[in-house]
Amino acid sequence: MSETTVEGFGEFVETQVLDAWKGPKKVPHEEFFTSGHRTCQGCESAQLMKLMAKAAGPRTIILGATGCMYVANTTYYSTPWAVPWMHTQLGSAGSAATGTAAGLKALMRKGKMKDEPINVISFCGDGGGADMGLSAISAALQHTEYNHLILMYDNESYANTDIQVSGSSPYGAHTTFSAPGKVQRIMNRRWKKNTAAMLAAGHPDCKYVATVCTSNPVDAMNHVRKALSIGGPTFIHSLDPCPKGWDYDPRYSHELGELAIETGIWPLYEVVEGELKMHGKSRRILRGQLKRKPVEEYLMRQGRFAHFVQEDIDYFQGKIDQMWEEWLIPGVIPFSAGEES
Amino acid sequence: MTPPKAATAETLDGGAPVGGTEELISGSEAVAHAVRLADVDVLTAYPIRPYDTVMQYVSKLIADGEFDCEFIVAESEHSQFEIVKHASTVGARVFVGSSGVGWLYAFEALAVTAGLRVPMVAMVGNRALDDPGAFGVEHNDALAVRDLGWMLCWVATAQEALDTALIAYRVAEDPRVSLPCALSCDGAFLTHSQSIVNVPDQATVDSFLPPYDRKEKLLHPDNPITIAPQANEDWVMEIRKQSDAGMRRARDVITEAYDDFGAKFGREDEPFIERYMMEDAEIALVGMGTLAMPVKVAVRKMREQGQKVGFVRVRWFRPFPVEELQDALGGVAAVGVIDRDYGLGSAFYGGVLAGDLRTALYPLEDRPKVVSFIAGLGGREINTDNVITIAGMVSDAAEGGTTDDQDTYWIGVRE
Repeated sequence: MSETTVEGFGEFVETQVLDAWKGPKKVPHEEFFTSGHRTCQGCESAQLMKLMAKAAGPRTIILGATGCMYVANTTYYSTPWAVPWMHTQLGSAGSAATGTAAGLKALMRKGKMKDEPINVISFCGDGGGADMGLSAISAALQHTEYNHLILMYDNESYANTDIQVSGSSPYGAHTTFSAPGKVQRIMNRRWKKNTAAMLAAGHPDCKYVATVCTSNPVDAMNHVRKALSIGGPTFIHSLDPCPKGWDYDPRYSHELGELAIETGIWPLYEVVEGELKMHGKSRRILRGQLKRKPVEEYLMRQGRFAHFVQEDIDYFQGKIDQMWEEWLIPGVIPFSAGEES
Repeated sequence: MTPPKAATAETLDGGAPVGGTEELISGSEAVAHAVRLADVDVLTAYPIRPYDTVMQYVSKLIADGEFDCEFIVAESEHSQFEIVKHASTVGARVFVGSSGVGWLYAFEALAVTAGLRVPMVAMVGNRALDDPGAFGVEHNDALAVRDLGWMLCWVATAQEALDTALIAYRVAEDPRVSLPCALSCDGAFLTHSQSIVNVPDQATVDSFLPPYDRKEKLLHPDNPITIAPQANEDWVMEIRKQSDAGMRRARDVITEAYDDFGAKFGREDEPFIERYMMEDAEIALVGMGTLAMPVKVAVRKMREQGQKVGFVRVRWFRPFPVEELQDALGGVAAVGVIDRDYGLGSAFYGGVLAGDLRTALYPLEDRPKVVSFIAGLGGREINTDNVITIAGMVSDAAEGGTTDDQDTYWIGVRE
């Protein structure tokens, strides 16, 4: 724990130092996301909540934007949260993090509250983060004097309100706002937003942006611990397979998460103080040590793509190939260098 | 903006000895002094005229080291209000504000702030809503939240703005109330107009305003509560009724605060309304905010002509001062309500204040006629001639003339 003041960069306050856990046997048993919630069987977002709370530990305040992890998690009188928890509005994950961290900082500096590092985590779904709350998250990542983590659990639809398409839904996915019909097979023609990389590229003073998937739970927890230790505002984007929204048997949640990584749809990386690091299978794909699986293997396991014909699969595969073969930084920065540069 | 240089004891109007300094400052600057004196911890700003002058003064106070506070420039009014809402739940005293469509951009945050009973104090620099664009005053912005659990007050002078801001913190944070309070200051006429203001010293303010203490509602690892879960039809109605009880209790808490304020600062005001030349009034005019100035001048002129006209200025619109208004207006023959707002499609197409006032007076057996007037929209001046015209029509209604108390008259408008 260290407190430093860097001229021109505002004041920084100390954080908790949460070292990485080396393997599942080093992970403590104590849970802070406990019984009382009523999420679906196979819900990877609930799994993420549990891992996030465990990784952060008891001296933590958690804020949750409207979405599945609010509505299904916090029924009055049966809260699963053993740490202080508060709801925030759908577009307010960034503002909740900023306000909570700013309040703690002011009170501790002015001697109105015992001075200690308290983790602040604010989570949102893809609707709250990639759509409505994007500007507030962007602003939160600019305020480098406040320590917090904004965690976006991305189940690729407004899953709480009956599975409606979001800016983070995949191309062509069948949702209740993009159901295929007799005349139009593909109703969602938007390509999924590249949220983590957009935030990393757009906020150069933000020390930590990462992507995770709960198919590797220890890895996901260690990213949370790193984000909370590094200081300043941080962002993690998690891809969460959703049995209800993606339409598959709940037993395959982890498997689909792994397939998203193995097909190259979901690259795992972190940007630490301006340095990009691919990790896990994504790094092996980048280095040519692991051949990407065909996207079809991932798509055809899910009912939301059951209406796809070969043309759709080919289009999808072409976009993923572009990600890895033509992007300036494969899987991360979505443009090429251009002939003049 | 310069902070008071030296505290000098003095006696105002025979009241209690008061420290502080006298300064020529605007309404916004007066509120900025109140924010400093209240030792606010977290403050959020976003630019929109005319309220934002308060944030310009506050940011300079912080830059000059006169005031220690987290000052956050948000990226929208929605975030501005959400940030302070969350800062308040971890125990920080907060200040925020907006104007016109900015206030409405934050509407979702305003609703949940009241629903959560977060006792923030916000300044509204009243401004016309777009479209068409206008910087000038209208009251529809602040009035938009009138049913949601915000306490709403309107002030007429810079001194009243400073004093009421301090009172607002005390009332809002009182555990019997725990509701947010919006302090409405008419755009330009108050936010940007200077007058001599007594800026009190810190010791007197500290003796009046206790520290903000959330007690069992503090969001902190030592108190791991869950705030704002899904309550649904099982509990929402009980929770709404608790907010209603808080608003009802606010009446006594406001009265206590004004009594104590008078004793400590030597400025005695009636808490909910201001009565002007009402003792023997036969007709009365009613309004809110800075229109008090031309109305009072016009009332004096009409009194010189022998017309028994009085004026009641509503300071607190929520909770609505039913008892005080019944007491002040129960004996007059007719009342003219001058709304600096509009209620399109409402009963008699009247203003918002007129509607609530009619409701408040209806139970009186010998109730006065209430005539509704709309004036001064978009920052248009309400001048003494307008007021004299209005008073003439109210007299006509009182005498059973052609002025219709089931219609609304727009004053100072081109046909």
